[in-house]
Amino acid sequence: MAELLNVSDINVYYGAIHAIKGVSFHVEGGEIVTLIGANGAGKSTTLQTVSGLLHSKTGSITFEGKSIAGVPAHKLVERGLAHVPEGRRIFLQMTVEENLEMGAFTQPNADTPESLERVFEQFPRLKERRRQIAGTLSGGEQQMLAMGRALMSKPKLLMLDEPSMGLAPILVEQIFDIIRSLHKAGTTILLVEQNAQMALSVADRAYVLETGRITLSGTGAELARSDEVKKAYLGG
Amino acid sequence: MEFLSYLISGVSLGSVYAIIALGYTMVYGIAKMLNFAHGDVIMVGGYISFCGFAYLGLNGWLALLLAMCVCTVLGIVIEGLAYRPLRQATSLAVLITAIGVSYLLQNTALLTWGATPKVYSPLIPLTNAAGEPNALKLGELSISYISLLTMAACIVIMVGLTLFTSRSKMGKAMRACSEDKDAARLMGINVNTTISVTFAIGSALAAVAGVLLCSFNPTLMPTTGSMPGIRAFTAAVFGGIGSIPGAFLGGLLIGVIEAMAKAYISTQLANSVVFAVLIVVLLVRPAGLLGKYVPEKV
Repeated sequence: MAELLNVSDINVYYGAIHAIKGVSFHVEGGEIVTLIGANGAGKSTTLQTVSGLLHSKTGSITFEGKSIAGVPAHKLVERGLAHVPEGRRIFLQMTVEENLEMGAFTQPNADTPESLERVFEQFPRLKERRRQIAGTLSGGEQQMLAMGRALMSKPKLLMLDEPSMGLAPILVEQIFDIIRSLHKAGTTILLVEQNAQMALSVADRAYVLETGRITLSGTGAELARSDEVKKAYLGG
Repeated sequence: MEFLSYLISGVSLGSVYAIIALGYTMVYGIAKMLNFAHGDVIMVGGYISFCGFAYLGLNGWLALLLAMCVCTVLGIVIEGLAYRPLRQATSLAVLITAIGVSYLLQNTALLTWGATPKVYSPLIPLTNAAGEPNALKLGELSISYISLLTMAACIVIMVGLTLFTSRSKMGKAMRACSEDKDAARLMGINVNTTISVTFAIGSALAAVAGVLLCSFNPTLMPTTGSMPGIRAFTAAVFGGIGSIPGAFLGGLLIGVIEAMAKAYISTQLANSVVFAVLIVVLLVRPAGLLGKYVPEKV
């Protein structure tokens, strides 16, 4: 599989705070790659830098072999990058269907009905609630909407930031089932999670992020067996 | 009968306020800023249309179209030069800039057109060639055509904007930007373009308001836009700033309250009555009549 995303030695600052210190990783086409780590380790910052909401001072980010460092976020969507942000960030006052239409903003209007059908097939609950105001959905449904909205842009790489956050265990299972089925259908996924156990169980490869640095990397299974990871993130 | 004619004059004045308030409310809803220069764009619209018919010999409608084009460009330029660089700045800095732009426009108008008021010829003359009033007669009641036109324009604009924001892709993108700019960026929406479009629409509406306002009150001065601008801002807050139907309702109510206060209380006290009602409404409903109170997330 060809390399889809390559992040090399990026440094990101929030004012004077050096949040990301020389982080490098890559994602191959068809893979699920996960970044795990504690709160404040820089996982979300890393994703925001890839999707163009934040910019790296140094280093390089390439997508399909072309540099995307400094490209504004809204231009990356049509190039095939979709980012489901932490906290879902759906448009609460708009209907479910309008949220999905916004996901297809960069796509030709004529393709929207087909994309809607595709997303509704993946998330039948959203179809039932398509006319409902998004703010009235439950947490799990909102997460599905956020993921469905991102899929509307037919992304080559889907970046998910804490999709399990704030959800009941049964819903977490459901979200990870969806991640598996998206992967099976050929979507490449970069997953950021605090729920290390779940993340490692679906990931082909994983990176551990600690205070802005990558400290460990390996296959999902390797890291799940690693003593350091067990102690720090898997509760023993 | 007297009451009815006051009501009609209030509603037509209120329709002008509503058209101005729609511009305030759309810009506030999407850019989250109070564009205090909006009232002065109205004045520029008045002068441009005046130049259109007085110097270029255009008819009133073409002059209106010219004013709309010029104000649209003006709105985009103001946003791009004055407000865009302040996108990350505090709202106070943006507010002060807006007041600065307001003075800049007024003084540029003063330099260009002088302090002597221009006598504006209304879009529809108040009397026809035979000297009879250009008005619709319903028994004793007479409604001038310009009032009818103003009310019709207001309704068309309000329905048009509602359809635009609920049906069109750009309109939905505006609502998305209004809710969450970063999430909108992640959808591929260019937030800066969306804000420019909002200013363009608001400023074109300001030009329409300018022409209608001067048709009612035919003295045109560099300060012509300020008081109606402030009343329309009041109307937007009254109805719930950020809400399109709110601006419509607020504008009409402010117009009617003003007309009634002038008729039955005192001309001098009209402004005080308008603002007193605003204060009472905001005490009871802090988000305005149709606004949603959204607690600030910390």
